[in-house]
Amino acid sequence: MSELRDLYQELVLDHGQRPRNFRRPARWSRHAEGLNPLCGDRIIVFVDLDAERIVDLGFEGSGCAICKASASLMTLHLKGHTRAEADRQFARFRRMVTGDGPPAESSAGLGKLAVFAGVREFPVRVKCATLAWHTLEAALAGREEVVSTE
Amino acid sequence: MTPRVAPHFDARSARRDFPVLAQRVHGRPLTYLDSAATSLAPWPVIEAVRRFDVEQRSNIHRGLHQLSERATAAYEEARVKVQRFLGAGDAREIVFVRGTTEAINLVAHSFGHARLQAGDEIVVTELEHHSNIVPWQLLCERLGARLRVAPIDDAGDLRWDELERLIGPRTRLVAMAHVSNALGTVNPIARVVELAHSRGVPVLVDGAQAAPHLLVDVRALDCDFYAVSGHKMYGPTGIGALYGKAEWLEALPPFQGGGDMILSVSFEKTVYNRIPFKFEAGTPNIAGAIGLGAAVDYLEQAGRAEVAAHESTLVDRAAGALGSTPGVRLVGAPGRRACVVSFLVEGVHPHDVGTVLDREGVALRTGHHCAQPLHARLGLDATVRASFGLYNSDEDIARLLRGLERVKEVFHV
Repeated sequence: MSELRDLYQELVLDHGQRPRNFRRPARWSRHAEGLNPLCGDRIIVFVDLDAERIVDLGFEGSGCAICKASASLMTLHLKGHTRAEADRQFARFRRMVTGDGPPAESSAGLGKLAVFAGVREFPVRVKCATLAWHTLEAALAGREEVVSTE
Repeated sequence: MTPRVAPHFDARSARRDFPVLAQRVHGRPLTYLDSAATSLAPWPVIEAVRRFDVEQRSNIHRGLHQLSERATAAYEEARVKVQRFLGAGDAREIVFVRGTTEAINLVAHSFGHARLQAGDEIVVTELEHHSNIVPWQLLCERLGARLRVAPIDDAGDLRWDELERLIGPRTRLVAMAHVSNALGTVNPIARVVELAHSRGVPVLVDGAQAAPHLLVDVRALDCDFYAVSGHKMYGPTGIGALYGKAEWLEALPPFQGGGDMILSVSFEKTVYNRIPFKFEAGTPNIAGAIGLGAAVDYLEQAGRAEVAAHESTLVDRAAGALGSTPGVRLVGAPGRRACVVSFLVEGVHPHDVGTVLDREGVALRTGHHCAQPLHARLGLDATVRASFGLYNSDEDIARLLRGLERVKEVFHV
């Protein structure tokens, strides 16, 4: 079935099985914990923030292939970017996975993250794809409480 | 247990009684393996609920008019059906509630406040659903009481020696599931009750998963409270029942206050109604109760012993088939199992398994199944859970196994 193939592309499977930056960075100044209470996915995102720039970031925790691959690709995508850019990327990413906007347009500028465009056909999995992003947002904002997708 | 063929029960023809099963999901016939979350409703239940709205709709225990008389009779008939179904001696011992959760909260409130003091203890097990943990935690927090947890072994069975040790002089209540919603473990309730009673401790049983599958007899079990949910036994959502021994219900204070639970009200003194009405404040879920009565009738007509034998055979076959599937690992191996098999697919997260199976038309549950402490004990974040109802057959097991092959294909494992 092609929708399943679109969701679980090789890139997603690869990053789900061997997530990159799946560690606490050597230096980090911000962190936050994210929880998907319905399914139990839990990740912690660590950020080394130098003024406005994300110097390094990584994550720990457990979750499904979508959750881990999304976190992995997010860390690769955002390293070296500013907070403001990260916010813009999250807004774009969210539009893409929720199907809020035309497909071709919504994945523009997201690079490899475009691999998650197929999530739009699986509404219950949107929370898996966005958990890392919500958690990063909280870490950047310096919010201490656990982020919940509910 | 020895699998036994049930000659009188035909799951394939029973399937036709459940209109939800007639549809296709993602273009495939629906394989419903999520009855432990919510079972489906057969036509007689749907019709009974509809009939209330069309022919009987009015309030109960109040009006003098014809409709109210009909509605009251139907509601009280449903109570008698549930009483017989659970083996209770008296319909006054059946309190209609929203479901198992409300039943347990009722006992936590009424029993807790009447019988518990700071330093007293409630004993639960590691197997419990959150609904048989959190009400006790709330109570313990309010009163300064302690929640003690009886552990299980790696197979998912209760550790009897530990339970014996835990029930002590400060124990005021043992609260335990009859059947674990996550592992399918059937707890030896009669034995637990005997042990607890020998130490003067009453027992509440969470029967949500047992009522649709086992031949429950509260008098044989001799438990003090037994809680069930309508929607897990082919009835409507938002209705359930609490069985409580009459002497307990008489002795305990009310749960909620309001209409119907009183005999007379003045600002100086309010006199509570007799049981079970003392515990049914406000207009209840009348249609739901009538629907639950219809579900009980349906199960009786299907033949409860035949249904139980059919399901027992089916769940054992499913456990056997899953256990011998390469790359699949069963979670728990209880000595006696009912209606539930939980498992893992090596190298694939349960949610991903669930998504692929859904696209194959197989509906089941993934996650922690509202039993996080149990999963922490097992060292797991989540599992895949297949649970069975009377409408399931070998065909559903075959479809599940084919779906798992598809999972392995998608994830290259």
